[in-house]
Formats: sequence, structure tokens, C-alpha cells
Amino acid sequence: MTAIGETPAEVGKARVRKEDARLITGQTNWTDNITLPGLAHVAFLRSPHAHARITRVDVSEARNAPGVFAAFTGQDVKDEQGSLPCAWPVSEDMILPDHPAMAVDTVRYGGEIVAAVVARDRYAAADAIELIDVDYEELEPVLDMREAIKPGAVKVHAEGNKSYTWELANGDLGAAFNDAPIVLDRVYRQQRLIPAAMEPRSVVCAPVGDEYTMWSATQVPHILRLMLAMVTGIPEQSLRVIAPDVGGGFGSKLQVTAEEVLALLLAKRLGRPVKWTESRSEGNVAVHHGRDQIQHIRLAADADGRIRGLDVDLLADMGAYLMLVTPGVPILGAFMFNAIYKMDAYRFNCTGVFTTKTPTDAYRGAGRPEATYAIEHIMDDLAAHLGVDPLEIRERNWIKHEEFPYDTIAGLTYDSGNYEAATARARELFNYEGLRKEQSERISASSPVRLGVGVSTYTEMCGLAPSRVLGSLSYGAGGWEHASVRMLATGKVEVVTGSSAHGQGHETAWSQIVADQLGVAFEDVRVLHGDTQVSPKGLDTYGSRSLTVGGTALVLACGKVREKAKAIAAHMLEVSPEDLEWTGGRWAVRGDPDQGKNLAEITLATFAAHDLPDGVEPSLDSDATYDPDNFSFPHGTHLCAVDVDTETGRVKIRSYVAVDDIGHVINPLIVDGQVHGGLAQGIAQALYEEAAYDDSGNLVTASLADYLIPSAADLPSFVTDRTETPSTGNPLGVKGVGEAGTIASTPAVVNAIIDALRPFGVTDVEMPCTPERVWRAINEAKGGAR
Amino acid sequence: MIPAQFDYVKPSSLEEAVRALASDEDAKVIAGGQSLLPLLRLRFAYPSVLVDLAGLDALRSVTDNGSSIEIGALVTHYELTRDPLIAAHAGLLTEAAGTIADPAVRHRGTIGGALSHGDAAGDLPAVVTALDADLVITGPSGSRVLKPGDFFSDYLTTALAPDEILTAIRVPKLSGWGYAYEKFNVTAQAWAIVGVAAAVRRENGQVAEARVGLTNMGSVPVRASAAEAAAAGADASPAALAAAGARADEGTNPPEDLRAAADYRRHLARVLTGRALTAAAGLS
Repeated sequence: MTAIGETPAEVGKARVRKEDARLITGQTNWTDNITLPGLAHVAFLRSPHAHARITRVDVSEARNAPGVFAAFTGQDVKDEQGSLPCAWPVSEDMILPDHPAMAVDTVRYGGEIVAAVVARDRYAAADAIELIDVDYEELEPVLDMREAIKPGAVKVHAEGNKSYTWELANGDLGAAFNDAPIVLDRVYRQQRLIPAAMEPRSVVCAPVGDEYTMWSATQVPHILRLMLAMVTGIPEQSLRVIAPDVGGGFGSKLQVTAEEVLALLLAKRLGRPVKWTESRSEGNVAVHHGRDQIQHIRLAADADGRIRGLDVDLLADMGAYLMLVTPGVPILGAFMFNAIYKMDAYRFNCTGVFTTKTPTDAYRGAGRPEATYAIEHIMDDLAAHLGVDPLEIRERNWIKHEEFPYDTIAGLTYDSGNYEAATARARELFNYEGLRKEQSERISASSPVRLGVGVSTYTEMCGLAPSRVLGSLSYGAGGWEHASVRMLATGKVEVVTGSSAHGQGHETAWSQIVADQLGVAFEDVRVLHGDTQVSPKGLDTYGSRSLTVGGTALVLACGKVREKAKAIAAHMLEVSPEDLEWTGGRWAVRGDPDQGKNLAEITLATFAAHDLPDGVEPSLDSDATYDPDNFSFPHGTHLCAVDVDTETGRVKIRSYVAVDDIGHVINPLIVDGQVHGGLAQGIAQALYEEAAYDDSGNLVTASLADYLIPSAADLPSFVTDRTETPSTGNPLGVKGVGEAGTIASTPAVVNAIIDALRPFGVTDVEMPCTPERVWRAINEAKGGAR
Repeated sequence: MIPAQFDYVKPSSLEEAVRALASDEDAKVIAGGQSLLPLLRLRFAYPSVLVDLAGLDALRSVTDNGSSIEIGALVTHYELTRDPLIAAHAGLLTEAAGTIADPAVRHRGTIGGALSHGDAAGDLPAVVTALDADLVITGPSGSRVLKPGDFFSDYLTTALAPDEILTAIRVPKLSGWGYAYEKFNVTAQAWAIVGVAAAVRRENGQVAEARVGLTNMGSVPVRASAAEAAAAGADASPAALAAAGARADEGTNPPEDLRAAADYRRHLARVLTGRALTAAAGLS
């Protein structure tokens, strides 16, 4: 399908990113840098209570404060604000409560918007916010999922605290568990996390007549435009959404937020442009959170450790409301608990629970990190139970490379993979045997600092997604992606992608692909994205989908350019198109390579259109919309060594080896960056991060002084390497790498800690494995202080 | 940062600065801003006027006073880590200052600001407590000198009157002493759960004298007196110093917070004091 020419391949080169120079030298506009004539600034008053009835909101003093243009309450906007959208009703009877952008009579989490001020600058707006008087009648918070679903529990919504129950089952689970020689029964907890993208959210909305342009730090300009139209009733064609350079998202900007809807409504009301930019502490309470599950997992195995069945019951915290894809996130995990392993029976059951906490939604990995953590943890438990090496127990159960394509118990078809190769490479780089030896020496010497080795042989599903599959899961949209290629008269190329980058490096990787596909120079390709007027079709960037889906659309569009060029080249050369072959940017006569036309020549001739074949339109420009047939399945083996100071509980990562198989690599530098960042984020879940609430339902980690994000100073030097088993599902043979590091690393680290402490009798440490928790786990296992 | 409105003055002399403070009871001193700006940002503080000390170059120097080193209040944490006089005679400060937050904070934050903020979770309060430094204070009626035990009065509270400025810290030269700062934090930028500032003087294979200041083991920085007493006269051996360290939490009242329960802090203080004493004695 691809026609890589004789020109040196761009794909595979460690190109420095095109976009970085402007990003790191201030030569760009982040949303918050945008200023417009007459721009007004919005500040929001947020609920200080987790759960309360609003009995009075008085904004009169704020309205009269210096520099204030207007102030609004929920009552003021209730007739036009609609309900914030949820695009993923996972079941027909799912409870989908009304979600006002501004609370009208009840607040259900600390941080929910209660009032808004529009003023001449941010300072005046923030000052006026302090003049707003709100009377609350406090209600009991709902903080514990297990309590929330008990009869008689305080209700977050009148309809009840259980949003939905969703089940997937395959095989005879009863038979698998009955008389199974080994049954492991575990409960793991996925703590709540805060995505904390580098750039806080920001939105600017400008009205021009009845039309509106919105700039937003969003991952999803196309989805945002559609949803804004549906929520507010403003016609879709009157809305333009621009995602300028966006500083990270990790899922947190895969959202249609209250602030975006309100910015649009306030701009409409006032007839002037408005801007809102959040502070970090505002973001910590108001950006959707991630993870937060209680995972009950049971595994039945034969005496030799072969898995017979797996039974998973999840409680997933939705928070106070269902946001864009909130209910679907844990369900993505349904297809991943079985991971790389073969088994006879599987059941997955998930109950979505409302609490009076910030809503949850997609966070890097979205469903797959949770599943991978649980299965990789229990695989280690199984190995320990049998006294078998954790890599050995995995090998006994994993799908062999010759068994692909493989239909999994969860209903997916893994197209390719080679777990043996990735594991062998990781073992070698890690010095697995040497570390195991050192580990036993330390145990023999009763060393106070123990060594632990953690294993994670993960896979994940990405390349979201085949539209038919999304439809079968009741998702509200498809999973295709769009690309356009415009040939400029000078032979340069403009590429438009519907996959809106927010840090991934599309401009570089897409240029590399186009350079090879069309035989043009890397520098001659310009990539445009993130503006619904420039790239009208697209489904944006999440779920490691850009390259597998958007990249394939690009390859298909380039193919159409080549085919159009072929007909014109044949006419120019006065030969039949069948006599031509593509030789790296040039259509040449087969057997007579001197006779040919390169793409620049053909493009110019097409532009002039003086002598085109009859019926051929004077344009090489081409579009393609690609809907994948299958997901892609990156996999790999991550090995982590930790030193655990048993006197203090401190964990130090000593070495970390990540061998990932993401298929073909377009740009190894970008891939390494994705892996490093992913590892940092996954390690952060294992060791540092937790969105913690007090008994009243206040988020006590509302600042980065309390919500601990690791820096480079806290992380080891990573050893990364790759094996390459191409995906068979797309012409580039790529799989996606945006989330793999996050998915793989959390269990690798926690398994390493537990591995170090198993001699004391420790079988689990709840995440994040803080020094205090590790110290207590050791003490408890020793029968000492809890 | 979107703070509430405030006025701003930048005096060119200490007298002028004190006058500015005395003339407005809601005035607040700003030096490096690393403690004050977060309070302003979160609108936890509403000062009417900020009196910026940046113009007082006299407070930026480090001088040798013979038996002590005098450090101006505006000396930054970064400068503490680089100053040769401090490294030679008060290396405990050098070491502890290098653990504060991150490079950006260390380049802005000042020793005077860190001490005046009175945060027992900060690193420098415990260090000056261990070193028994003199804290030189200037107010409308002249100067006075306080010992750390009198300066730090409660949680985020010092003996500074609203119109007084901490101008200098006099640290006694500890010739022939070893020292160590054992900071226990979860991430490099985080505050210490517990920190131990230890200085030890050895004589004939024994510990002649030990000083231990504890970070975040109470509402104010405290001396671990029982551990100091146990270390004095003990063998200069890891076992003896670990045993002395095991008394570090005696008489303390450590806080309970998100990061640690009190019993864990007590445990850490005991373990870390043993380690700090051992390191200060040159045994690790």
C-alpha cells in the first residue's frame, strides 16, 4: 500500500521537533496570551462545600464593584445553559443526571461553579468574586463508594447513587472456579488522580454578530464545537473552535467544560469577547479527575499456575456528574484485565457510583492502567503463591508469538505481538539474574535496605477506534479520522489533520510521513490542525489514536495525490498510466527511468491547467477519512528495581528498563519522550500522587504543595528500548505510544515494592506507596504497630 | 497570581523600612517572596502595603565577625550554598540550604524571609536552632538580639513585632565540628516530613558535644535535648549514636497532617537523628 521511494526515508529518523523552537522561545500564542479589543475577564465563584443546597446567591455588591461589567448566578443562566454533555451512555438504564454548567439550587462537589463575574481585568474580577454572598444549607457529603451504594445512603442525585452496572462475560466461570486448585481473591484500590497538565485550562470566546469563535486549551476542538452547538442551541455552522498550541492534556482536556459553555453564554449575553484562565488550585478542584476504583479481582488457576478464570468486580467513582466520557472510562478496562494471558472464562462487572467529589473522566490510559495494574499485581501474587519466578508464571500463560492473530476471552482480536522477544530483551538490559542474586544476598544478610524487582508485561488497546465497535459500546460518535493534503503550486505541501495535537509532535511526525509518501523534503511540509475552520473534519486526539488512525488517513490521502498525479504525468509524458511507476517522488516510465515527471513538475502543470487530460480536474488535493477495522495493541515488558529502606519506608527506584513494542517507529526521539513522560506519570501514581479528601469532602490536595508531582530529581535514568512487531491493521504498521509508559509502569513499581517486602509477609501496599504506608505495611506484617 | 490590591514601597534604608512598617499596621515585609507570594496568591493574606527590602543592599553581605559569621537577612538560599565563609564555618547551613525546594525558589528565597515566616516545616529554622544562632532584629527603638528558642513562638509565628525586621543572623563558628542535615521528604521539592540538623564535636573517640535541631516535629523548631544529652559522652560509634537518636522525639509534639501521622514522625525523628548524628560524627 505504501510506496516508500528511493529518497532516503524520513520515517524512522530522530528528527528534532519542528514545533519546539516556537514553543520554548515564547513565539506562540497559548490561549491565555490571546488578547482582543474589548476583552473582558471572567472569574468564577466556586462552592466551598462538597454537598449543599443553595438558598440564596447575592451578586448585587459584586455587580457594583469597580471595573465589573456583569455578574451572574445559576438562576440567571438556567434557561440557556442546558446540561453539560455525556457522550457515552453505557447502558439503556444508566442514570444520567442533569449537569448544569453553573449550579442552580444544589452543589455536589467542592469547586462547582456558583456564580460568575465579568470585569475589565482578572484582578477586578477576582476582587468582585469576594463580594458575592451565598447562603448554603449544608448536606451530608457522599465520599465512600461502598457506603454510597448501600440502601439509605445520602443521595447525590434524587435518582440514586448507582449510575449503571455493566457486564461482560465469556466462558464458563463456574467451571473455571469450581475445584480450581488455586483461587486468589484480592481487592486493590486505584486512588484518585489529578491530571495536572503543564498548561492550565484557558478559554477565550469572541462574538461577531451571531457567530462565535472560541479559542480553548482543548484536546478536542471538533467535539467541542459539536457539543457546544448541541448544549446551547447555537447552530454548529456559527461556531468556530480553535485549539492553539496546547500545553498537554492527558485526557483532562478531552472534555466539554462548564467554563467553555459559560464563556460562550457570557460572550453572547454581553456581546463582547471574554477570557477565563484557571489558576492551578482552581484547576485541581475543577478539572476532571482520573482513576478512582475499588477493584475486586478473583483468579482461578491450575496447580501449575495456568489461569482458568478471572472474575472482576469494579466500583468506579464517577464523582458528582457524568462528563463527556466518564461512564465509559472504566469499561475500556473490561477488554484489558485479561491482558496478554489465555484463560477459559472471564467476567467483568462494573458499577459506576456517584459521590460528592469532582467528576472523573479520561486520564492518560483511561481504563487500561487500572486493568493492567490489577492483572499484573495478581500475576505476581500467583507467582509468589506458587513460589515461581514472576516472569515464568507470565510465560506459562501468555499468548505465544505464533498464536497471533489471537481472539481474546474479552472479545478482541490481537493482530500481532511477540511477548517473548520483548521480555528477553528487557531481561538482558535489566541484568535480571544479577539483581535476583543481590536480592537474596540482602535477605540473607538481613539488610535494612531490601531490593525488589517488579515486572509488568503489559498490553493495551489503542488507536481508538473502529466506529462499529464504539457503536456497540453505545458511544455517541465514531472513531474515524480525517486528513487532507494540499499541493501548493511551488511543490510545497500543506497537510491538514483532524487529530489535534497538544504536545505530541504531530507537525514533525506527520511531515516525516508525508515526506516519504510524496517524495518531498521534510521542510517542505506544513501541518495544520486544531481549528475547525482550517480542519473542518476530525475527531481529535486521545486514546493514542493519532498515528494509527490519523496517520493512516494521511497515508491514504497521499496515495490519492499520487494517483491523481499519475494520470496527469502519463498525459505529460504521452504514455499510458499503466506504464508508469512511482520512484520516490517521481512518476517514471517503467524500463525507461530517464523519462519521468517529479511531483513538483506535475503539481505546477496541474496548477497551470493548460494541458490536462480531458475530464481531469485541475487539482491534486486529496482527502481521506479512515475508519480502522481494529484497535492496535502495543505491548512490552517493563522491569523495575527498587531499594526499600525498611527503617523509614522510603522507596528509591534504582533502575527501570522499558522495552516497548509499538510496531514501526516514525520518530524515535518523540517515542522516547512519550515513554519517559508516561513512565514519570505511572511512577507518580505508584509512589506520589493522590487526590485526597477530608471527612467533610474538601479536597486537601488543592495545590501542588500538597498534590505531589515528581520532578526529574525524583526519577531514575530510564533505560528504554524497543522490539518491532508491526501492527497488521494499518499501512504504517504502527500501534501508538501515548499511554503505554503510564499503563505499564505503575504495576512495575508497586510489584517491585511488594517483591522487596514479601519476605516480611507483605502482600499489598495501597497506592500511592508513600514512605509511611510502606513502613506501616512492614510493621503490620511483623505484627507490630499499625 | 491574582492577589488582592496592595500598595508597594521600596525603601532605600533600614530606618525608612521600619518607619514604613510602623506607619501601617497591615504592612508586610517582602524579601524573596517565596513564602508571602503563595499566601497572596491564595488570598490568605491581605496586606495593605508591601515593604520591599530589595533596596537594602547592606543586608546582602556575609561577614566574618571573629567568633561568628554574620549573614545578612537578604542572603538567598542559593548564596548560602555557595558562600565560602559559610561553607568553612557553618557548613550545616550550606548543606541544609541546598535541600530547600528547587533551584528557582533557592535563587529568590532569603534566609531572613524563611526564618521570619516561622514555619517549623522549613529547613532553616531547625538549623539555626541547632546552631544556637543570634537573630538580630531592628525596630523603631533600635536593635535587639534573640535566640531561636525565643524567636520562634508558635505555628507560623515569631517574636517579631509588626514594625520589626530580622536583619541578620549571627552563626557561631563551630571549629572542628562535624554536621549533617537529614531531610526526609517524599519528593525533592516537598517540605520535610521530618528533618534533623545535627552537629557533633568528637574528642578522643567519643562524642564530646552534640546539637540537634528538628524540623517539623512541633509548632516551632525544637532541639532534641534528650538525644543531645545521650550523645554527649557516648562512644563515637553508629550503635551508640543510633541509641542516642532513639531519644530524639522525647518532649516533642509532632503534627498530624496529610503527609504523616504523629507516631510516624516520632519514628522518623528517632531513626533520622541516629543517622544524622552518625554522619555528623563522620561515621557514615
